[in-house]
Amino acid sequence: MALNGAEAIAEAMRQINPDVVASYPITPQTIIVERFSEFVADGLVDTEFVAAESEHSALSASIGAAAAGGRSMTATSSQGFALMWEMLYIAAAMRLPIVMAVANRALSGPINIHCDHSDSMGGRDSGWIQLYSENVQEAYDNTVLAVKIAERQNVRLPVMVCMDGFTTSHAVERVDVLDDDVVKKFVGEYHIDHPLLDVNQPVSYGPLALPEYYFELKMQQIDAMTNAKPVIEQVSRAYGSISGRSYGLVEPYNMEKAERAIVILGSTAGTAKSLLDDLNDPRLGLLKIRAFRPFPAAEIAANLRKCKAVAVLDRAASYGSIGGPVFSEVRAALYDESKRPQIVSYIYGLGGRDTTTDMLKTVYDDLDTIAKTGKPDPVQRFLGLRED
Amino acid sequence: MKLRDIAGSTEHLTCGHRLCTGCAEPIIVRQVLHAAENPVVVANATGCLEVATTIYPYTAWKVPWIHSAFENTAATISGVESAYRALKRKGKIDKKINFIAFAGDGGTYDIGLQSLSGALERGHAFLYVCLDNEAYMNTGIQRSSSTPRGSWTTTTPVGEKLVGKPEYKKDITEIVAAHGIPYVAQTAPSHWMDLMTKVKKALKVEGPTFINVASPCPRGWRSEPEESMRLSRLAVETCYWPLYEIENGVWKINLKPKKKPIEEYLAPQKRFAHLLKPQNKHIVDDLQRRVDERWEVLQWKAEVSQQRSQQKQPPQTPASQT
Ligand SMILES: Cc1ncc(C[n+]2csc(CCOP(=O)(O)OP(=O)(O)O)c2C)c(N)n1
Repeated sequence: MALNGAEAIAEAMRQINPDVVASYPITPQTIIVERFSEFVADGLVDTEFVAAESEHSALSASIGAAAAGGRSMTATSSQGFALMWEMLYIAAAMRLPIVMAVANRALSGPINIHCDHSDSMGGRDSGWIQLYSENVQEAYDNTVLAVKIAERQNVRLPVMVCMDGFTTSHAVERVDVLDDDVVKKFVGEYHIDHPLLDVNQPVSYGPLALPEYYFELKMQQIDAMTNAKPVIEQVSRAYGSISGRSYGLVEPYNMEKAERAIVILGSTAGTAKSLLDDLNDPRLGLLKIRAFRPFPAAEIAANLRKCKAVAVLDRAASYGSIGGPVFSEVRAALYDESKRPQIVSYIYGLGGRDTTTDMLKTVYDDLDTIAKTGKPDPVQRFLGLRED
Repeated sequence: MKLRDIAGSTEHLTCGHRLCTGCAEPIIVRQVLHAAENPVVVANATGCLEVATTIYPYTAWKVPWIHSAFENTAATISGVESAYRALKRKGKIDKKINFIAFAGDGGTYDIGLQSLSGALERGHAFLYVCLDNEAYMNTGIQRSSSTPRGSWTTTTPVGEKLVGKPEYKKDITEIVAAHGIPYVAQTAPSHWMDLMTKVKKALKVEGPTFINVASPCPRGWRSEPEESMRLSRLAVETCYWPLYEIENGVWKINLKPKKKPIEEYLAPQKRFAHLLKPQNKHIVDDLQRRVDERWEVLQWKAEVSQQRSQQKQPPQTPASQT
């Protein structure tokens, strides 16, 4: 099927047939809710569609629906994501397996509708699992996977499925869509142990917890994230057996003999792959991070420890830090290695700035210099920044 | 509905909660829940009621209860109710359940207004009960848009230049009514029969309903705990807080008291103590004038809308979408 990323996610949502979808339009996410509303209008799903009056309410309604005992989904971007911020933490703390599509878009100001990861990076510590999609196929696959991961008993955490705004949300690609029955069987029925609608066994969701208990409740969320790592892998393997497409927490590309590697999330991984295919140089590799939360530190270290120089490309700035958010964590993941590669941070693509294969080539060239001199100086660099 | 039967029926909000002595909120909640015939699911905004009734690992609620944040009770219950509709349609649930949201005036008149308005406009079937104690009590008595003119609060102190809150109280009941929802009412816990009758009526409606309840707060009103129900009654008898309802666009006054002067309501509350000084008489006069005007307008609305409804069918609200 030829679909763009937003339509592919809507298609997955149709197949999942959630009980409640609550959302609010924002470019470039809007197509998801528009397509989904058509499915509702045509009676192709049994979903209650809540056209909320804001993203804050959309996520609040998703929380109410999931606690009630319904499978619930939503979608957003940028300012909408920022407006949801308060509720992101609450959804995770209530351990509600909500699935949210995020069409990544730069945050204001200045207002900009194009892609970067400053929205979802702002929610990285909110307790949500974060899956990043390289292309339309992954946006579709991740949506189906997300439902299953979120609802696993020892995880029970919300999941966001991120895709790059416009680059993936609006680009039409050929997608392998599974049969409706296959998806239905794979995701199964939604079940939570203590739904609010079980009036015979009343429960209280969202109490006040003072210093005696708050910390332990947070610990349970930390444990759930730890549990999520093997679950993502198991679910991905199961998905591989029905789709032929298997995914890990990270995806190494040409890493077997790589001395220089780029680490990246999202669609620019595709650009890097195409460059590597052209260069056909075993010394150059790519490590794509698919799950940024939980953070696959061990897997990252295992893939990078043999490299001489590594560049981490961040599509979000972390003002006042020594590099982007992904850089800081990748660098931390390597700290325990006895032999560490030199490592640099590149901030790229902010506000939708194009990142070409030529630009990525310059990164590999820089890494060559760094590997030779053994000095990543400066540590923070900017890729594709206009200098005039 | 007999008092004896109510007294004997199951309590859904149990004792052991930590609300202040004399707080009207648990009294109102118990009256509301006693009036409900079907099982209920409750959503609660952040505020006194929420923090004092569910201190983990305890809960004073014997009905399913959810709190998610301050400004989004209406949105949260919208989601709960939507899941209910979806599960009912899929045959996964067959019970009739009523949905009730409780929020303070801060969570209703101010920060929660948007989500309330959105939920009302979308037509979700739930009863929204505003517990109006006329300030942000949980954070320590700050003014809200429900705080009456002249009232002392910690953000509208009485000083050289300002004498309590300069602005008038917002009329949320009328604002909600302007959404054209099927049932809107105002009531007070001193008039328990009126309150419970209104709850029963509201829960029979298939669509959004709203009841604003005066909720005396001894801490914030600087009044004696044992005075709360008397203050509630005085609010009604001075016509400061008229008991009325709007059913499908028809205004009805439920009680026409022999109007007492506003001072009788103000005097027992130290939040108004400064108003009783001679130099502030103009503020009291102003409050009295406003009460009189509004009472007049209310009577006029009731008269006109009733005449109109007798002449023709009231406009149908599109709220029932089950
Ligand atoms: C977004 C947000 N802002 C502020 C607060 C702090 N806060 C908690 S309760 C409250 C006041 C509640 O007042 P009201 O709604 O009138 O209820 P009451 O406590 O008086 O019953 C405030 C300001 C919050 N919880 N969330």
